Amino acid sequence: MLHADVLCGADRLDTEVTCGFGCDLISDSLCFARPGCLLLTGLTNVQIIRLAEMVEARAIVFVRGKKPGEDVIKLAREKGLPLLATDLFLFESCGILYQAGLRSS
Amino acid sequence: MQLKFQVKGMDFSRAGQAATKIKKALQLAGMDPATIRKAIIIAYEAEMNIVIHAYHGTLTANITPHKVEIIAEDEGPGIPDIPLAMQEGYSTAPPHIREMGFGAGMGLPNIKKSADELDIQSEVNKGTRLWAAVFNNVNIQQNRYDEDAALSGANDLRSAGNSTR
Repeated sequence: MLHADVLCGADRLDTEVTCGFGCDLISDSLCFARPGCLLLTGLTNVQIIRLAEMVEARAIVFVRGKKPGEDVIKLAREKGLPLLATDLFLFESCGILYQAGLRSS
Repeated sequence: MQLKFQVKGMDFSRAGQAATKIKKALQLAGMDPATIRKAIIIAYEAEMNIVIHAYHGTLTANITPHKVEIIAEDEGPGIPDIPLAMQEGYSTAPPHIREMGFGAGMGLPNIKKSADELDIQSEVNKGTRLWAAVFNNVNIQQNRYDEDAALSGANDLRSAGNSTR
């Protein structure tokens, strides 16, 4: 749906996500993202992986064509967290997933 | 149980690790999920404040069945105006920190919202000490609520019985 590339965790793409959360701020993601969510973000530093672990997100979609560095992918692989990357903007990505039935965190 | 972690200023590669470990300990201790959520918001934001603003510091969690205390102590520039720093959106973080998704000025406000009790002491050019407590009393309150509901339910039944007479 998002024409996303899989950066890691291809074996876990059947993981079920219960809701979605799109955000480019660490503090807001920490407060509002719910366990089991799909996290959509333009942040590609290592902190987003730690944050995803903290909020118990099931996977991350990087938007706007952003791709994290190898260190970030390596950490996600260690944590068993699937990473995907799409060229779509955050708004569009969230809209497509919402239309497909995914609801907000 | 006490957990204590050293936190280094500007060490973004390890930032957040202490809060993650505290979360795991709280889960193992069987704390209420709402308590864990509040405690980790405090722990993570306090840890990031040390990383972003201070030279070095410690993050401590004191965990008892009834309460989680989070204490962040640092040596650093200190906070000249604490009420100003508590305002949502106020931040002194430089642009390169903001690009990483930090520095939105929500750290201390989020800590304040999440803490049941909070105390911040700071001295300019020396450092800051943040103490926050979250009470793990949801179950106790829930039980009290249930008792109240049961009592009022009984009263309702009684009054309903009276009215039919």
